[in-house]
Formats: sequence, C-alpha cells, structure tokens
Amino acid sequence: MKNALRIFAGRALRLATLLVALVLFSFLLVSRSPIDPVRAYVGADMNLVSPEQRQQIEEYWGLNDPATTRLLRWCSAILRGDFGTSMIYRRPVLEVIGERFLASLLLMMTAWALSGVIGMALGLLAGARSGGALDRGVRWYCFTIASTPAFWLAILMLMLFSVWLGWAPIGLAVPAGVEASRVSIFDRLHHLILPAFTLSMLGVANIALFTRQKVVEAMNSEYVLFARAKGESERYIILRHVPRNAALPAITLLFASFSELFGGSVLVETVFTYPGLGQATVQSALRGDVPLLLGTVIFGALFVFAGNLMADAVYLFIDPRIREAKRGKAREVPHGSLA
Amino acid sequence: MDGEKESLMERVVMVEEDVMLPGMNAASEEAARSEEDLFPDVRETLLEVKDLAISFVQYSKGLRQRTVSPIVDLNLIVDVGEVVAVVGESGSGKSLLAHSILGILPSNARVTGEINYDGRALTPERVKELRGREITFVPQSVQFLNPLMRVGAQIPAKGKDKRERKKKVRSVFERYRLPAGTEKKFPYQLSGGMARRVLVASATVGGARLIVADEPTPGLDEAAIREALGHLRELADEGRAVMLISHDLEQALGISDRVAVFYAGTTLEEARADDFNGDGCDLRHPYTRALWKALPSNGFLAIPGNQPTPDNLPPGCLFSPRCQMATEECFSVKPHKRDLRGGWVRCHHAA
Repeated sequence: MKNALRIFAGRALRLATLLVALVLFSFLLVSRSPIDPVRAYVGADMNLVSPEQRQQIEEYWGLNDPATTRLLRWCSAILRGDFGTSMIYRRPVLEVIGERFLASLLLMMTAWALSGVIGMALGLLAGARSGGALDRGVRWYCFTIASTPAFWLAILMLMLFSVWLGWAPIGLAVPAGVEASRVSIFDRLHHLILPAFTLSMLGVANIALFTRQKVVEAMNSEYVLFARAKGESERYIILRHVPRNAALPAITLLFASFSELFGGSVLVETVFTYPGLGQATVQSALRGDVPLLLGTVIFGALFVFAGNLMADAVYLFIDPRIREAKRGKAREVPHGSLA
Repeated sequence: MDGEKESLMERVVMVEEDVMLPGMNAASEEAARSEEDLFPDVRETLLEVKDLAISFVQYSKGLRQRTVSPIVDLNLIVDVGEVVAVVGESGSGKSLLAHSILGILPSNARVTGEINYDGRALTPERVKELRGREITFVPQSVQFLNPLMRVGAQIPAKGKDKRERKKKVRSVFERYRLPAGTEKKFPYQLSGGMARRVLVASATVGGARLIVADEPTPGLDEAAIREALGHLRELADEGRAVMLISHDLEQALGISDRVAVFYAGTTLEEARADDFNGDGCDLRHPYTRALWKALPSNGFLAIPGNQPTPDNLPPGCLFSPRCQMATEECFSVKPHKRDLRGGWVRCHHAA
C-alpha cells in the first residue's frame, strides 16, 4: 500500500501545481482579453448606463485595483468555494456547473462506455486476423473517423438520423414544451442516444486502433506460439490469452481519453444543442460570462485529471505484476535460484 | 535435496574418465548401456524427418519477391526411448524444425519433404490433433508463458471437469517438486528453476510420446541445467522420445543417445553420442569434428569463417568454403546422404 500512497501523494502534488498554473494563466488571459465585464453584466442596456454609474460599478467590483489584488481576491474566493455568479444564468457558478455537468456526465459516460466496448471488440476482431478483410475494414473505418472533425460528423449524424430518417430528435435533452415532471426516462434516452453515439464514434477509432496494435503484438508473442504448440485452439487463444494482455493498455488509454471526451462533448453538445457543460462553456465564452468560463476551465482540468488518475489506478490495481509488487511479494523468490 | 537429484549427482562422481562434463556423459552412457541390455537392436522409430525444406517468400524492394530457404535437406530420426540432440549454430534451422514438427510455422512458409510420426505422415490436420497431447513442446524460457495468466491455467491438462483437471495439474507439479500454490502463481513469480519445471510439467501432463525441447537451458545455473536435462533423460528412459535442440554440444552430449548436426539448414551428419571422443576420429564430417575440437576441453580451436546465410548458399557442399579438405568436387557438387559406421553423413570425402 505504501507504494500506492506515494504515487497518489505525487499525483496530488502534480494536481496542485497544475491548478496554480491554470489559475494564473487563465486569470492573465481573461484580464488581457477584450471582454468588458461591465458590458457583459449589463448587456443590451449598456447605453443606459452613464459614465458615472459605470465608474461606480467598477469601483464596487474592484476592477480598478491592481491585478495582484484582484487575483488574490479571486483565489481566496475560490478556496472558500465561491466561484461567483454566472452572468448568463444569474445563478451561482457552482450550481450551474453541477447541473450542467450531470447532463454532460450522462452523455459522456454513455459515449465512453460505448467507445470502450465497441473499440475493444473491433480491435480484438481486427487484430486476431491482421491483414484480413475485417482488419482492413476496421482500419479504414478508424482512420476515416479519426481524421473527421467532430462537429462535421455531428452535423452529418444530425442530418441523417434526425432530419432524413427522423429517428432521433433534432436537439435538446428533453422534449420542448413539456413540463419537467412529465418527462420520462425514455424521453431522456431518446434525446441522449444520438449525441452519445456520435461522441462515442470519435473514441472508438482511437481505442480500436490501439487495441488492435496490442492484439497483433500478443498474437505474435512467444506465449501465443507456445499456446498453439500446446494444442490450444485459435478461439481459446483469442478469447483467453490475448484479451487480458491487450485490455490493460487499452483500458488505460480509455481513462486517459477523458480530455478528448470533454473536448468532443463541447462540439457535439453545441451541434445537438444538448444542454450540458460543453454548451455552457461555449456560451460563457461567446457572451463574456467570465465567472462561468473560469469555473468550467477549472472544472474541466479536474475532470481530465481525474481520468488520468483513474488510468494510473487501473494499472495499480488490475495488473497483477504491479499489484503483487505493491504487496512486496514479487521478490519473494530470487530469480535463477534452484528452488 | 532429494532422491532424484542425488542419484544424478552420484552418477557424476561414479565415472570420471571422460574429458567433457563427466557426470552427464556418465549418466547417458549408463542409460545407454542398460537400454542395450533391455532392448538389443530394437529400433522403434517415432519421428522421421525426410529431406525437409522450408522456404519463405518475402517481398523485398517494392513488389519484387524473393525466396529464402532457411532449411534445405534436413533429415532426422527419433526413436522411442532415446534423446536425440539437434545441435548447430544459431540460424542453422533448429527452431524452425521444431516449429514445423508442431505445425506452428508462420503462414507464409512453404514446406516440402516428409515428416512422419508413428509410421504415418504428420499432416497439418493430424498434428492439430496430436500437439499438446502426444507431441509436446518445451520452450526456451518463462517468456513463453502468458504473463497475465496463472501458471496452473496454462498447463494443458484435459479433464471431465475442473476438479479432475486440477488434480492432473497437481500430480504433474508434484512429480516435478513444485510446491503447493505454484498453480496460483503468475509466471514472473517463478524462479528460473521453477519456471523450467513448470514448462517440463506442461509437456508431460498429457502423456506425451514425443517431446520437442527447444534450447531448454539458457540463463540457468549449472545445477538447474543438470536438473532440466536430467528430466529430459528421465522422460526418454520412460519410453518416450525426446528431441533436444541445443547450440551447446557439451550439454547435449551429456544426455543424448544420438546427435544430428545442423549447418545452414542441412543435416550434415548423424552420429552416436559416443562417437564424440578423443580427437574426434570417429566422427564423420569435418564440421562435426571442428565443433568437437572447438570445445574448451578439446583444444578450443575455432575454424575461420561463418555459416552461410539462407539467401547466399554455396552451390556445392554447404561447408566447402570453410573446409580444409575441400576439393573441386566439394565446391560444385552437393554431397548425398550416405550411411557410414552406424550413422550417416553428407560429405564426399568421409570414410
């Protein structure tokens, strides 16, 4: 356990430095940006605000204080859990993020699970007979998808399934004009499925290509050669020997892909007008909602970091070689000794 | 440590006359002697490899094809109850022979010639039936075990149910003194010696008749090597046939009855293990003699030159460019296989 603790302590330190750098950098960017917080706050009624009133608002918000004072004030507020109030939604930022994130989480986790299952299955099938027709097909598909912009793919999916076929709704997470209490789970799933599927297609390509590579390596390994020599069937080899060796790196990649998932969700949610965190991020940036923008930036970093941390944890807890080493058992028997 | 090894050690002490690893040779001589008493001149051939050739078609420089033939004219016979050593430098085709017997060559390999097992042709369908049961393989190292699978699950024991399978694995592990709980270990948790015993156990669990061992001793210490080779000798003495692939002539002679010498994919000579003695005058081929004399205990004399590569084989005798006895004939005409003094040889001048 000591080993694991040390690793996680190291990760915590890394997270702390990451957050400090992130906070500094995003503060610098925002304060240098042409966003005028007063204009963003007041909105269309800006020409009703007199220069004196504007002066008072700036004074009240402390906009004329030195940058370091403002930064410190913001940091201490964040540390107290006060991320400010979203100017678009007129609600505390944390509340908005929490609500939006739940919707996004549903979308991202569905897409994530789909891309994991489909990606690994395709990778295994392709790698088991590398060079075969199926392998060529899977690779063609993956390279095509991997080189397709996410938003364009989303638009195509929307055209095909929502406009032409009419199978899926055009947008939103629930039917428009229906009371919240009367929205069924089926309605939610119906609205979720197309964005989730689109988002998963992007993940599938990476996972499938990576799994395939690992499967090909395993199929050419000495232990598969020996398994064949032991008379084990090709089926047994593909189902029992190969997956455990290929899955571990693939699962790690799957967790490490949280950043692409988050990035992809921003584009996909925008195209499908799905009210998730990604859409909120885009809106806050477009409409100069600085508190929400900074909040989502910090939250996004935490989310991606959590994914990477889980990827490490998978290795720690699933791979027997590392698991046992952690318990200090690996060196129980000195190598080469005649027991 | 226990009876099995003790008896082997005793044999080590018993006979000391020989120049090479004395104990091991004594062991084999003793075994050979007792065999002669029991089965005088009865040979029951289990494996016969006849004029085997293996070639690969490769693409070089764009679409130009070229054929590489790492094995040409390979001959070998393995009888019941004996250990036949296949010796040769790396690249002489030893492992490929093992793979072709087991039917695990890569798919782009082209094979001609005959491999007969138990009197009948060993077709791909037949080898699929037999491998893992009658014909088994002892690989080089623990690398050949799946690193993420428990050792017990990798022993090819067959049983009606899980319990019977487990029992079979346990009993073969007991035979090789693998402590309880070894089944639950992962390969990386085994010591070198234990890993070897697991690999031998996996080859014997199903009542194998032919055991192909491919370089089963690299990276082991002296005692572990002796033990590993001792296991193979024991298996042959039980009435199985063992083909031992090795690049270490000295080790191989320690336990084998006959030795097939490979060179650039061809069997140059098949000799009895006791032909390797003194200054090597009982040996038939100049290359075999050179191998024998290259041993530290026999003068440590290396001959100049290298084994030819498969894509650049000389037209006549494969050994001719390095042979001191070579004549005009040797450079142009391939020598045929001919019987000589209880063995056979491919050389124009052997007598």
